[in-house]
Amino acid sequence: MSRLASIIVVAALSAAAQTPTPAKKTVAAKADAGKKPPVFRTPWGDPDLQGVWNDATSTPLQRPGGVSAKDVLTDEEAVDFQSDLANDLSRDRRDGGPEADVNRAYNEHWMDSRRLKITSDHRTSLIVDPPDGHIPALVPLSPERRKTRADRAAANARFNAGLPADFSDMSLPVQCIIRTDSPPYLPTIYNNDFQIFQSPGYVVIAPEMIHSARVIPVDGRPHLSKNLHQWLGDSRGHWEGDMLVVETTNFRTDDGVIFQGANPATFRITERFIRVDATSLNYEFTVEDPTTWSRPWTARIPWNKIDPEEQMYEYACHEDNYDMIHFLSGARAREQREGK
Amino acid sequence: MHNRFSAASIALVLLAALPAPAQQPPAGGGFPAYKPPHMADGHPDLNGLWQSFVTANWDLADHEAQAGPHAELLGAYDAEPAGQSIVEGGEIPYQPWALQKKKDNFKNRITADVSSDEKWHALGDPEFKCYMPGVPRATYMPFPFRIVQGSSPYILMAYEFTTATRIVRMNWKQEAPAPSWMGWSRGRWEGDTLVVDVTGFREETWFDRAGDFHSDALHVVERYTPASPYHLMYEATIEDPKVYTRPWKIRFPLYRRMEPNAQLLEFKCVPFTEELLYGRFRKPGFQAAPEGGVR
Repeated sequence: MSRLASIIVVAALSAAAQTPTPAKKTVAAKADAGKKPPVFRTPWGDPDLQGVWNDATSTPLQRPGGVSAKDVLTDEEAVDFQSDLANDLSRDRRDGGPEADVNRAYNEHWMDSRRLKITSDHRTSLIVDPPDGHIPALVPLSPERRKTRADRAAANARFNAGLPADFSDMSLPVQCIIRTDSPPYLPTIYNNDFQIFQSPGYVVIAPEMIHSARVIPVDGRPHLSKNLHQWLGDSRGHWEGDMLVVETTNFRTDDGVIFQGANPATFRITERFIRVDATSLNYEFTVEDPTTWSRPWTARIPWNKIDPEEQMYEYACHEDNYDMIHFLSGARAREQREGK
Repeated sequence: MHNRFSAASIALVLLAALPAPAQQPPAGGGFPAYKPPHMADGHPDLNGLWQSFVTANWDLADHEAQAGPHAELLGAYDAEPAGQSIVEGGEIPYQPWALQKKKDNFKNRITADVSSDEKWHALGDPEFKCYMPGVPRATYMPFPFRIVQGSSPYILMAYEFTTATRIVRMNWKQEAPAPSWMGWSRGRWEGDTLVVDVTGFREETWFDRAGDFHSDALHVVERYTPASPYHLMYEATIEDPKVYTRPWKIRFPLYRRMEPNAQLLEFKCVPFTEELLYGRFRKPGFQAAPEGGVR
């Protein structure tokens, strides 16, 4: 099973930063204004988030060109927007030559059909702050971080040319080290299911894209010692009314661990989960890093219970990572053939 | 003859003088009868961070302390601790061909070759390659696991080793939709015991570093019984007519991790295996960036 498809989408989600416009303060994830969320409680009194949720949507992280500056579309505009996005993501195009055709057809095989619909509130970007729907501008990076980024870009170029030099040229998702288990959660081409488990003092989130469970204590215990670092960091949650607020720290410093290549030393991420109704919750994250972005930014992604029968299945990634061997042995064979 | 008879008589007299053994131990095995606290749904609360302290991950059966596979490099570091069998009756009832395969597995336990699809899973202990450990092995690896039991029809078992997970579906009808590494787990309560029926296994997992194995016909029935606020008794019945002559059982206690700051830490072991599995495909002369980046 290949994971190339998801990587393409992940890469598309990390599009370059755009110029921000000044923005007003973000509105925290809440049920639609004016509507008071119904109460869903566990027997021990915590807000109840348990269940299998799906965060697939075609609404892009950043507002694409062509939808003017509108942040929310009318019903009529939404139909066109959705069909344009679906067209961009689907195979039914012939404007990229045979190689692009094959890639699109291949990706189509994995495409989660729910990935072809925009958010039900008809937003044009998942980013809700800044209001222009774009990732804020980068601040000047230190020479060390510029070098790390250049090294990563060179590795990606080798990979995209079909000539990865080493397993370390692959991104962390291709290596099956971290995938959609690390915050923040964003939709990808397939496997957009997350199951939330709760027990007194804990909320646990398991994604379907790789096997790992993110255990979030909500019992007030302190974070891990600052000497301990993890791929997924160390999460602690607390309840603000019906909202679960999660702070994650103690990330490892390897390139690719922190969202969008932010700086582990100054990166902060806060996530908020709030139940909206029986079949939906709002997930929102705010990231800030004064050594990476000119201001904090926030995105909101609806999570839906699409089908009461929806089940999570095991996703073995490393166990059958045939891609790794095919990419690498293919590259060595190509070099030999071409006398490199 | 006369003397030996006398010695035996004396031994019998001495035995008779010993206090009578206690009544049949309760389900907790060596624990006094225990009534666990119940959750809102009336079932015992198994939530917590649990860990076994048997050495079965080296060998389910009796094993003496021994040198590791690379004593010439690692000295006592990779030596293996002694341990008593956790298998009821001591031995796994292998069919004759299967006993030979177990021995071959042991010989090849630290061999890996992912250059061909045929050899990918045929060689080496899956633990050595950082593959999901399967059931029941995940329960007796030297790592803790967390049971997350709430108010849904699902109980999550989250293991530290390779961050493996497994969902126990309670009172579930549907059969395994596809084979998987951790199997398809369906649970039910029998009194205060959580019984988990696990099927739908992939055949590649092993039970230990000694090469003990099974086929895709593996069927495991686990029993988790609270034995004190700090212990669960764990029992698993293992059935596989393709490999064993009869079903067999293992049994050991699980201990609650009591450190006030105890938590599941990460053991994402893929990075520890990449050089082993993929290093041979590196472009000659290529210098990989150091691990860890800028700190």
